[in-house]
Amino acid sequence: MGNALMNFTINGQSVEVEADIRSSLLDLLRNSLGFTGTKKGCDQGACGACTVLVDGERINSCLALAVQYQGRNVTTVEGLSSDGALHPLQQAFVEHDGFQCGYCTPGQLCSAVGMAREIERNIPSVVTADLSAASVAIDDRELRERMSGNLCRCGAYNGIIEAISETLDKMPASSQERAPA
Amino acid sequence: MSAHSDAAASRPGRWQPAVTQDPMLQKHGALGQPVSRIEGPLKVQGKVQFAAEFPYEGLCYAALAFSTIARGRITALDTTAAEAAPGVVLVMTHRNAPRMKAPSLMMSSPTAAGASDLPVMQNDEIHWNGQPIAVVLAETQEQADHAASLVTADYAPLPAVTSFDEARKTPRQLDNILGQPPVVEIGDAEAALKGAAVQLDQIYRTPRHNHNAIELHAATVAWSGDELRVHDASQLLDLTAGQLADIFGLEADKVRVSSPYVGGGFGGKCLWDHQILACAAAKLAGRPVRIMLSREGVFRIVGGRTLTEQRVALGAGTDGRLDALIHTGIAAMTEHNSCPEQFTFPARHLYAAKSVRLAQEVADMDMLANTFMRAPGESVGTFALECAIDELAEKLGLDPIELRRRIEPETDPTSGKPFSSRHLIAAYEKGAERFGWERRNPTPRQRRDGEWLIGMGCATATYPYHRFPGGAARIRLTAGGQVTVSTAVHDMGMGTATAQVQHIAARLGVPLAQVSFEYGDTTLPRGVIAGGSTQTASIGGAVIAATEVFVEELLKLAGNDSPLAGLSLADVETRDGGIGHREDAARFESYLSILRRSGRGELVCEAEAPPPAEMEAFSMHSYGAQFCEVRVSEITGEVRVSHFLGSFDAGRILNAKTATSQFKGGIIMGIGLALTEETNFDPRTGRIVNASLADYHVPVQMDVPAIEILYTDIPDPQAPMGARGIGEIGITGVGAAVANAVYNATGKRIRDLPITLDKLM
Repeated sequence: MGNALMNFTINGQSVEVEADIRSSLLDLLRNSLGFTGTKKGCDQGACGACTVLVDGERINSCLALAVQYQGRNVTTVEGLSSDGALHPLQQAFVEHDGFQCGYCTPGQLCSAVGMAREIERNIPSVVTADLSAASVAIDDRELRERMSGNLCRCGAYNGIIEAISETLDKMPASSQERAPA
Repeated sequence: MSAHSDAAASRPGRWQPAVTQDPMLQKHGALGQPVSRIEGPLKVQGKVQFAAEFPYEGLCYAALAFSTIARGRITALDTTAAEAAPGVVLVMTHRNAPRMKAPSLMMSSPTAAGASDLPVMQNDEIHWNGQPIAVVLAETQEQADHAASLVTADYAPLPAVTSFDEARKTPRQLDNILGQPPVVEIGDAEAALKGAAVQLDQIYRTPRHNHNAIELHAATVAWSGDELRVHDASQLLDLTAGQLADIFGLEADKVRVSSPYVGGGFGGKCLWDHQILACAAAKLAGRPVRIMLSREGVFRIVGGRTLTEQRVALGAGTDGRLDALIHTGIAAMTEHNSCPEQFTFPARHLYAAKSVRLAQEVADMDMLANTFMRAPGESVGTFALECAIDELAEKLGLDPIELRRRIEPETDPTSGKPFSSRHLIAAYEKGAERFGWERRNPTPRQRRDGEWLIGMGCATATYPYHRFPGGAARIRLTAGGQVTVSTAVHDMGMGTATAQVQHIAARLGVPLAQVSFEYGDTTLPRGVIAGGSTQTASIGGAVIAATEVFVEELLKLAGNDSPLAGLSLADVETRDGGIGHREDAARFESYLSILRRSGRGELVCEAEAPPPAEMEAFSMHSYGAQFCEVRVSEITGEVRVSHFLGSFDAGRILNAKTATSQFKGGIIMGIGLALTEETNFDPRTGRIVNASLADYHVPVQMDVPAIEILYTDIPDPQAPMGARGIGEIGITGVGAAVANAVYNATGKRIRDLPITLDKLM
């Protein structure tokens, strides 16, 4: 149980850090690197507050051992906005009141951005009626199912779906994201 | 300059609660705009700092070890392996913890904040299964967690009461239920019940719940000599600071607690053992400490809502009018706390009845102290009462809304006081129309869509208005025209700061952009707690008082060369960024002009809110009508909420956007209460067995339909700004609305929450 020197690209920046090999990606981000925008709500993969994007895909960073993600592109909530301008989804969350306390919000945002990529790639969900369709028909039910891994105890669920619906078509892949080949 | 005033003084122009109205009630249209949260852009960028996110040089991390028995003594505690583990700074147990006074029970004194009055890690006694027995401090969280797992303990168990069925055999009557009598009797309700034409007598049960705010309880604490700095996640800042000072024997001003952002509270973000232990361990180590509980840790040491068993018996004439209203029951509690889950409170104020019997007791158990959770009492009390009303309506062959219309009281049914403002029936009518209540078939099992049975239900929501005394507000006006109002209150996502900026801008007649609201820090003027849906009205009272001082000071500064010369507080109003004569538009001078002429750079005024006399004179409550449509699978018993509408009468709404979110949030927690939420307590061991978010089911996106919110927006003439609190009413009535809808869909009455599918199969 020692330390290891690890390398990542986080929000477009190369990062080298020595950390306990037992560190989850979440604890590494929060405690070793100061990316406290990513939140811990259960540390067991049940709440989604720790959701980040790795190479454009959403993961629960509390269930990810940091050492296994070396060399990957990690995007946290801090990397969603660029040049000080809010990501359209962030702006929509503010307008539609897609949060109250704001604690689950970074995870909701990263999860929604990752979800948008899954929809682009035509990945069905458990409620998708027609699995053979050329493109999955997206409605609120699909969005709600796909966002059900992100708990919000304040109950901002309606606002979250309104914000995502409004911006689904205009979510830019941030410079740090790239879909897996 | 600084000015203080005794706001209780009865002088012309001052707001006198219960006698005069807040002058803001005369300003129409100044409040209610759907302003987006002012801190929103920071929150969506992850830039706000929560309690566990404050960096300190030399910070060490804490982890806890918990007891595995419910009652007894620790006979051996082996910490050697933990102490030898890599990175460990120290292990604290009752053997080496600093000597600390026990917390005092909340509400027992002005500085009491204890959720329990048990001493914290001061002896070898165990009082609940999950009690902290050791604190490990280490250089990293991983090291602390690992070392905590190496602590072992042996116990000499004592007989423990961990079964509610056992505990209830020796019920205890409290002296009071949150200051109210534990028993209320009007006439002989049992006799009236026996003689009534139509009778209903049922038992309803509600389980334990946990708040499960997504932010884990956390604190970052640091000592500097005898000064203690605490970054907390708190909904009772000043009480926490006062209580910590008392525990550690410090002068009150040596403890500073701040909590600018709280990741959800719901009654759970109060003072529990973890902050006290972190402070003690930091003192012992001579280093700053961060503690962030695991989710299991939250279940182990932060109490939740207790379980209740309630009897509701209704005796009615054939016209529906109540001859007897009986609501009695028992809740589990401990000998070390005082949180009786006031489930009989709704029945004290909602309906007219010729005779009444309301009584509640507690059953003492050896368990973690239970505590307040969103609408303590009213959330589960309305489940019982409002299901019973629905059952009675069916027996009478009446529409449940019509029954409520017939039992609507003229004055408060138990206190006899006049209502300050009550529009429950209007809320029902408005809600019923929008919801499409007329489509409900009163006979169960009549609507079907394939395997899905469809039903509708409604229930009354209610929550009392309270305004806590003791809060103060400071207004600072700078020569640049910036207004800052400061008070040590809380914004856990309720929208406090946003609504108060709107309020202050409207009250002083200045643009939103020129107003700041400072909160969340005990260095600010003393605030009130964020609890009991009281904070908004309480801040309102303090801001009214501070505004009066502000105006009086400006009138003094204006002097004889002002159009305001000779006018007093009673003659003037605040408007358009200045002070004007109430009737003479020409007599006006702006704040900045007065400040400029007086040669001052700023004006600072502070005042304390007047005592809440309105609560003595009036029965003050918010109301609502909750409407629910469910779909119940006939095959699996699964319940889906397909439509929900809440129609509220909560006084003036200060911000349409954030208020709607508050109402919806309450309703969603109510959907959890109705269908999925239950803290499973092992009656053999007293251990909570579902201490995780995987096993305790809070509603997720898929459980929540698009919810509609309506409100009357009728100002309460007795409340500051005309506004009553809205943080808790949303959850009330939801359990019953869902259960009544399930009955309408299936013909099955479930009187035992949560309504899980096994109960419907």
